[in-house]
Amino acid sequence: MANTRGAAVKYDGVQKSYDGEALVVKNLNLDIPPGEFLTMLGPSGSGKTTCLMMLAGFEPATHGEIFLNDRPINNVPPHKRGIGMVFQNYALFPHMTVAENLAFPLQVRGVGKADQQQKVQRALEMVELGAFGNRRPAQLSGGQQQRVAVARALVFDPELVLMDEPLGALDKQLREQMQYEIKHIHENLGVTVVYVTHDQTEALTMSDRVAVFNDGVIQQLSTPDDLYEDPQNSFVAQFIGENNKLNGKVIGVQGDGCLVELDDGTQLKADRVNVSAIGDRTTLSLRPERVEFDTNTSMDNLVNGRIEELIYLGDHIRVRMNVAGNDEFIVKVRNRGEKRKLNVGETVQVGWAQNDCKALDAVA
Amino acid sequence: MSDTTAGEVLTTKDGQPLKVALAKALRREKLRSLALIAPLLIFVLLTFVAPIVDMLFRSVENSIVEETLPRTVVALREWDADSGQVPDEAVYAALYADLAVAVEEKTHTRLGSRLNYEEGGMSSLFRKTGRRIKRMDEAGPFKEQFLEADRKWGELATWNVLRQFSPRFTDGYFLSAFDAQRTADGIEMKPDNERIYMLLFGRTLFLSIVITVSCLVLGYPIAFLLASLPLRSSNLLMILVLLPFWTSLLVRTSAWKVLLQQQGVINDFLVWIGLISDANRLVMINNQTGTIIAMTHILLPFMILPLYSVMKTISPTYVRAAKSLGANDWTAFWRVYFPQSVPGIGAGAVLVFILSIGYYITPELVGGTSGIFISNRIAYHISSSLNWGLAAALGTLLLVAVMVLFTVYDKIVGIDNVKLG
Repeated sequence: MANTRGAAVKYDGVQKSYDGEALVVKNLNLDIPPGEFLTMLGPSGSGKTTCLMMLAGFEPATHGEIFLNDRPINNVPPHKRGIGMVFQNYALFPHMTVAENLAFPLQVRGVGKADQQQKVQRALEMVELGAFGNRRPAQLSGGQQQRVAVARALVFDPELVLMDEPLGALDKQLREQMQYEIKHIHENLGVTVVYVTHDQTEALTMSDRVAVFNDGVIQQLSTPDDLYEDPQNSFVAQFIGENNKLNGKVIGVQGDGCLVELDDGTQLKADRVNVSAIGDRTTLSLRPERVEFDTNTSMDNLVNGRIEELIYLGDHIRVRMNVAGNDEFIVKVRNRGEKRKLNVGETVQVGWAQNDCKALDAVA
Repeated sequence: MSDTTAGEVLTTKDGQPLKVALAKALRREKLRSLALIAPLLIFVLLTFVAPIVDMLFRSVENSIVEETLPRTVVALREWDADSGQVPDEAVYAALYADLAVAVEEKTHTRLGSRLNYEEGGMSSLFRKTGRRIKRMDEAGPFKEQFLEADRKWGELATWNVLRQFSPRFTDGYFLSAFDAQRTADGIEMKPDNERIYMLLFGRTLFLSIVITVSCLVLGYPIAFLLASLPLRSSNLLMILVLLPFWTSLLVRTSAWKVLLQQQGVINDFLVWIGLISDANRLVMINNQTGTIIAMTHILLPFMILPLYSVMKTISPTYVRAAKSLGANDWTAFWRVYFPQSVPGIGAGAVLVFILSIGYYITPELVGGTSGIFISNRIAYHISSSLNWGLAAALGTLLLVAVMVLFTVYDKIVGIDNVKLG
C-alpha cells in the first residue's frame, strides 16, 4: 500500500466477560499492521462484535490491553480515540442534514467553518453524493445512507475505521456494489479498516486478512485464499464456502498425507492438517467443485456414488450424490454444454486429488 | 384504461362514471364503520359537546329579563335614558302588569338575583316589591305606588340596569370576566380593588408555566433513566412512577398538607437539623408554593410517560456514533440525544400545561388564597354564587386562551413535532 496512513492495532491477551461467569472473548492476541483491511468473521455470538466494541471504547476489556499505534488505549474514552466508525444501521443523526452529519465530527474538533465545508464536500464527492448535502437521512435510499455513514466515518481523516456489519440492511445487489466501493475507498486512502461481518462472501471479497471467530477464539487468521484452500479446522472449512464432510479414522500416515478409512470401509488419501496419529477420528473436508466426473486411474481417490438429485443453476449444475454412505455429498459441475448427460439414480465414479481433501478435526 | 384522453370521464364497463361506482362500493363500508363508532359518537355528543355548547351559550344568554318583564321591556324602549328623568307612568303600569304575573309564578325573585350580579340591592328590591304588589291599587297611578314600595324605583340607576339588560343577549358576563363594566360613559375597567379575574387568569397561566417547567426539569432525568436502564430495573422504576396514579388524588394532596404545613414533617425536620429556627418555620402551604409543589408532583407522570415513550425509540447507537465521531458526553447528549427527545418534551409540556391550567382540586385544597386558579373561581360561581352566566364566560375565556396558546405552540414548535411514542 503506497499511501498508507493507517494505524497499527494490537490486541494483547484480551479477555472479555459480561457476567463474570462466561468469557465472550478468550485470550485474543491479534496484530493488525497499518493500512490493512482486516475482517472479523464469525457467526453471531462468536465475540467478533465485542472485539470491535472494545477497540472503539464502548466496552471495557476485562483483562489484557489494546494498543493503537503502540499506545495502550484501555483508559482512553471513545471520543478521544479518533477512530471512525460505521454502525450497523448507519446511526445517521435524523435531525441533521447530510452535510450537518458530516460536519459534526469536524465541529466537535473545532475545525474552522471554511475548512469544514471543504472537507464535507470532498467526503461527499468521494462517495458520489456531492449534491445531497441538504437532504435529511430519511430522504435517502438505504445505499445512499450507507455511503453517507462511510463518508462521516472518514471525514475527519481517522487512521482507523471500524465497520460493524455495515451492509447488513442492504439488498444483495447493492451489497455487492458497496463491497467494491468500500474496498476501493480503502485502497485509495490507505487507512486501517477493521470490518465485522457474518457474511463470508463479504469477508473474502474485501479483506486483506480474515480472522474467523468462533466461541470467543480466533479459529484462523489468514488471507482469503488461504482460508478457503487450507482451512485449519473443521469449523473454518464449514464456515467458509461449501464443503463436503466425510467422517472416518486415520489408518496410515505418510509425511504430509494420511490414509483414512471411512465408516463404510472406503479408504481415501488426504492431506494431514490437524490429525496426528493413527487411530484418530477425523472429518475429511472436500470442496464440491474439486470433485471430477471425468475420472482416470492416476487420480488419488476414486469412489462410486449414486446420483440422488440434479439442480440446474445456469452456470453450473449441483449434483447431490450418495458417496460412502453420505447422501449430502455435493458435486458442482461446470455447465459446458457438451457434457455427458447425468441421470438421477445412476451410479457413477467420481474422483479427486489428495491435496483437495483435508483431514481435519472430527465433528459429529 | 390507458387509452383514455384527458377530460374524458372514466366509466365502468356498464357506463357508470367511475367515481360514482367507487363511492357506491365504499358506501357500505363507510356506513358499517359509522355504525361501529356511533355509540361513542352519540355518547360524546350528549355528554361532552352538548354541555359545552350549552355552557358557551349561557355566557351570552340573557332572556330572563324579557321573559319575566315582557311589557316593561317594550315600554322601556320609548324611554330616553339620557334625559335624566325616570320613565313615565306607562312604564310603571307595564311593570305592574308584569310583576303581578311574575309574583303569581314566583319568578320575580330569580330575576332579582340575576340583576343583583349587575347592581347590588336589586334582589331585595324585587323581593320587597313582590310582597307589596298585591296591595297596590289596580287602577293606578302606579309610579307613586312603586316609589312608595321602594325609593329605588325612583332612581335612574335602577332603570338603567333594567334597560341595559333587557335584550336577549348580553356581553355583561364577558365584561365582568374581563374585570370591565358598562357605565353611562361606555365600557371601562372596574376600580383596581374590584379587579380579580384578569389577576386570576394571569396567575393561572404563570403557575401553569412554572409547574410545566418544574415537571420537565424533574421528569427528564427520570424518563432518561427509564429509557436507558436494563428492563428489570426500569420496570421497577416505572411502577414507582405510576404509583401515584393508583392513589387517590385527595389522599396525595392531603399527604402534601401533612408534609408541608408549618407544624408538618418538613418544617419539623428543618428545625431539628437547625437550618431554620422554630420561630421562622417556612410557610409552604395554602399559598402558591403549596400549589406548585403539589401539582408538580401530581402531574409529573404526565410529563414522564410521553418523554419515556419517545426516548425509548432513540437508539443508543446515536450517542455511540456521536462519541465515536469525537463528541464528549455533554456534546453527544446536547447535540444528538436532546434534539431527538424534543417531540416528547412537546407532548409532555402540552399535556401538563393544559391539565394544570384547568386544575381545580389541588389548588382548592393547598392553594389558600394566593394559590387558587381561575377554575376555582369558576367552580365558586357554579356551585355557590349560582352565577352560571359568569362561570360560562370565564370558562369560555379559558377555553379560548388554551386554544390560542395551542395555536401559538403549533406555529412555533409544530404540532406534528409532538408525539407520544
